Amino acid sequence: MGQRTPLYDAHVNAGARIVDFGGWDMPLHYGSQKDEHHAVRQHAGVFDVSHMTVVDVAGSGATDFLRKLLANDVAKLTTEGRALYSCMLNEDGGVIDDLIVYWLGGDDYRLIVNAATREKDLAWINERSQAFDAAVTERPELAMIAVQGPDARALAASCIDAPFRNDALALKPFTGRPFGDLFIARTGYTGEDGWEILGEAPAITRLFHALIDAGVMPAGLGARDTLRLEAAMNLYGNDMDETVSPLAAGLGWTVAWTPEDRDFTGRQALEAERENPSRPRFVGLLLEGKGVLRGHQRVVVDGVGDGEITSGGFSPTIGRSIALARVPAGDYLEAAVDIRGKLQAVRIVKTPFVRNGEVKIEV
Amino acid sequence: MNELPGDLMYTNDHEWLRREDDGSVTVGITDHAQLALGDLVYVELPELEQEVDAGGDMAVVESVKAASDVYAPIAGTVVEVNEELADDPERINSDPYGDGWIVRLKPSGEDGDLMSPDEYQALLDELDS
Repeated sequence: MGQRTPLYDAHVNAGARIVDFGGWDMPLHYGSQKDEHHAVRQHAGVFDVSHMTVVDVAGSGATDFLRKLLANDVAKLTTEGRALYSCMLNEDGGVIDDLIVYWLGGDDYRLIVNAATREKDLAWINERSQAFDAAVTERPELAMIAVQGPDARALAASCIDAPFRNDALALKPFTGRPFGDLFIARTGYTGEDGWEILGEAPAITRLFHALIDAGVMPAGLGARDTLRLEAAMNLYGNDMDETVSPLAAGLGWTVAWTPEDRDFTGRQALEAERENPSRPRFVGLLLEGKGVLRGHQRVVVDGVGDGEITSGGFSPTIGRSIALARVPAGDYLEAAVDIRGKLQAVRIVKTPFVRNGEVKIEV
Repeated sequence: MNELPGDLMYTNDHEWLRREDDGSVTVGITDHAQLALGDLVYVELPELEQEVDAGGDMAVVESVKAASDVYAPIAGTVVEVNEELADDPERINSDPYGDGWIVRLKPSGEDGDLMSPDEYQALLDELDS
């Protein structure tokens, strides 16, 4: 038996198929992963993401510490509640984890990091914080749900205390702040509008049940994966890890190169890599025919070389298989993927594949 | 869970087979297998006339979650494949013992290791416990 979130019993009662995910017993789906996927694209779905790790950083040195720790620059956070997506790198420029950091105002920040990387992240963050006047506090008592989809905010607003509704609905994308005993942020991992909501177990459990009563479909990790793949959002451990830099994972846009004198961890390695013209590309693939692209399949670029799929699967919205892949440098739009020994044609496409319910690629 | 159909034989790999009146054998995957796989999105079918060995790869079923081999439960020749699955693989989810059949074989030799419904039920009970 793995660790269980406060919503475990609710999942089982809703008919969830439970799987191990990074040591946690989590719902894979509640009957049909595809139905849950479509519900999020067309209406609203709710995910339990309480397994994720919440870390608060505070103190007069907190800003300097995070500007050293993260490849993106928290100095960009000039509005209270604003969030920033960043990689946390080792000295070689490899990704220890990807995370979201919220500026809560003053010297207070909140980091949300992955579940499977919890221990190494906490060890790294604690060790690196020693040189700064910064207190690092894990918040394991906080549960978290993500309500996602075009109707998600309206339905979720109807489930929170009435005095907070208008202000919560006025939250701008990629911002978050406390509302009573809840912390609500307009963020997510699906390519749809919605909220991620943190709170202590009783409040989140109540809210989870209220959302389902309001017609929001519970959705499992399976749908979460196909939704994020369609949105071309990276998954740590698949698309990047400690041996892969953000530049090789399509995350160059999250690296804040300026100001040039900000010496974040991994900067030197990244600068050297940036100058290398033969560094790999990170691209989206669309399978031309039938079949399913999967992680670790070989990508063959005629006359150029081989690459590898880092995340692949079937896109329920497009009705075809899509993938993210690391492929050799060069200018080309076609490739093939080795599926069980047969080369199948794929097209290189500009990601995201799907955003806000709309297919963004030419099919 | 529904009761297992009593007129079928089963395998360790969660496949079923039915002996037809004309001597051929129809093969599919069990309800347990389709539940474990989740929504099916693609089925790779063998060629007609292909010879298969007992226990050899015969087809591939791919769900949103994973790809899974379908093994030939007996040696034989492929005499029919369920073409409907090409456009509608979810038939395997909705009707695993009926419209979701996968391949029909003409047996050419000895049976592999097959289980009666009671024996297969005992295997499922063991997995559940």
